[in-house]
Amino acid sequence: MASLNCRVCKMLILKCPYCGASGEETEFECGGEAHLKRFGPGSGDDEFQGYLFDRVNRKGVHFERWRHSSGCGKWFHAARNTETLEIYGTYSAQVLEPPAEIREKISGKVPGWSWREFS
Amino acid sequence: MKRYSAFAVVREAFRNHAGWEKAWVNPEPRDKYDVIIIGAGGHGLATAYYLGKNFGITDVAIIEKGWLGGGNTGRNTTIIRSNYLQDGSAAIYEKARGLYETLSQELNYNVMFSPRGVIMLAQTQHEVRGYRRTAHANALQGVSTEFISPARVKEIVPIINLEGPRYPVLGGLWQARGGTARHDAVAWGYARACSSMGMHIIQKCEVNGIRQHEGKVAGISTIRGDIGCGKLGIVVAGHSGHLADMAGFRLPIESVTLQALVSEPIKPCMDCVVMANTVHGYMSQSDKGEMVVGGGADGHVNYTQRGSFHHIEETARALVETFPMISRLKMLRQWGGIVDMTGDRSPILSRTPLENAYINCGWGTGGFKAIPGSGWGFAELMARGYSPLCADFGLERFKEGRFVDESVAAGVAH
Repeated sequence: MASLNCRVCKMLILKCPYCGASGEETEFECGGEAHLKRFGPGSGDDEFQGYLFDRVNRKGVHFERWRHSSGCGKWFHAARNTETLEIYGTYSAQVLEPPAEIREKISGKVPGWSWREFS
Repeated sequence: MKRYSAFAVVREAFRNHAGWEKAWVNPEPRDKYDVIIIGAGGHGLATAYYLGKNFGITDVAIIEKGWLGGGNTGRNTTIIRSNYLQDGSAAIYEKARGLYETLSQELNYNVMFSPRGVIMLAQTQHEVRGYRRTAHANALQGVSTEFISPARVKEIVPIINLEGPRYPVLGGLWQARGGTARHDAVAWGYARACSSMGMHIIQKCEVNGIRQHEGKVAGISTIRGDIGCGKLGIVVAGHSGHLADMAGFRLPIESVTLQALVSEPIKPCMDCVVMANTVHGYMSQSDKGEMVVGGGADGHVNYTQRGSFHHIEETARALVETFPMISRLKMLRQWGGIVDMTGDRSPILSRTPLENAYINCGWGTGGFKAIPGSGWGFAELMARGYSPLCADFGLERFKEGRFVDESVAAGVAH
């Protein structure tokens, strides 16, 4: 049934980059904004507050952590648009910023977009 | 502005209703105002109203991207209650509930406040302890609530199933003077009152920049040109992060979609509001007879005003086991609103890193009930620089670790 895509039934379809399985969002758990700059002991109050609480909460291109909680259980990253619900791709959790192919894909679709660090 | 009254209805009946004025004017924006409020929802309009009424500040523009009251003010389930745990929350929500009692008279606009009572069901031992504690806290705060037995719950809500398949009803937190109001009328009433004080409500005017000069806001850029201001209030709920980004700071907020739905209209069957937090759903019956149903919020950032489909199923499941008689009801409409969630489930009414800019946001899933109190406190904060109602809700609480934890009171997205 072609009509059962994201646009109609309003569910995100994600693909786990580890086990390769695709599933709708109830198979996954969202872990919030990705690529936060971490601050630990020795950091200032402002930095620690920023790391713990402040979020870019972007309207548009957004990077998130997800967990394949009802599947292989692994954490991974997703690049997503919060305005259109389009998913640009998922990628490994073991990176500090989005891989070049994902960035190029987003730049091709969202004119003027460029990667920037969040903190 | 001509007053609405029974006499006016009779007068207009004799002249083909030709004498009704427009409720508010749609002016062209001026170059500069003393105060600009971004966001003509309930909170923004209430802020403007109390700036004028309590502080005599009437050179005010309220700038709105869409149409007034068209965001979360027109999308909520209209529940009003003040049974929160912490003193700061009880103060501002009870202030709001108290103002709702006489809001129709105050605004000369029928907001249809209906203090029909609100029950929050306790369906686990944890909830029983939590709500008993809340009832004790409310007694100390001067908020009238009580913890009631399952038999009393059944008396108030005959259609409820006490012996749920998963979670039996073990009691409930009952606030007799909680209830509902007509959400659009709250926005329209405040808008009419603001307009009659000479304030400018500028609709279809999206803000696309905040102009700054030496750490202060000089004005805003909009699709209808630049407008200068002395003070700026940002009251934009789900888009707070978007506006903060324009102003150059970040907020401890994530915006997610919360959904609600209404059924076909049926005969009166439930004359109060019931919230079932453990199974996650809540329901009331509108004056038109529709069952108004609310449920879960998305777990991910979403600006589309369309929530995830599975939340509807979860909400329907929760309510059918609580109220078996609704299992054959047809649902007429479903919609979503973008809610601004903070980590401690309490709002932010605060100064910002910019000296003359203030922000009112973070009401998350339950802002409608707070509109009059939020406007009252935020207007005082903007006019005087300090408000006792807002004192606990500053942005600095996240740095200082002084959270106002309301995860129990707001345990269900409402």
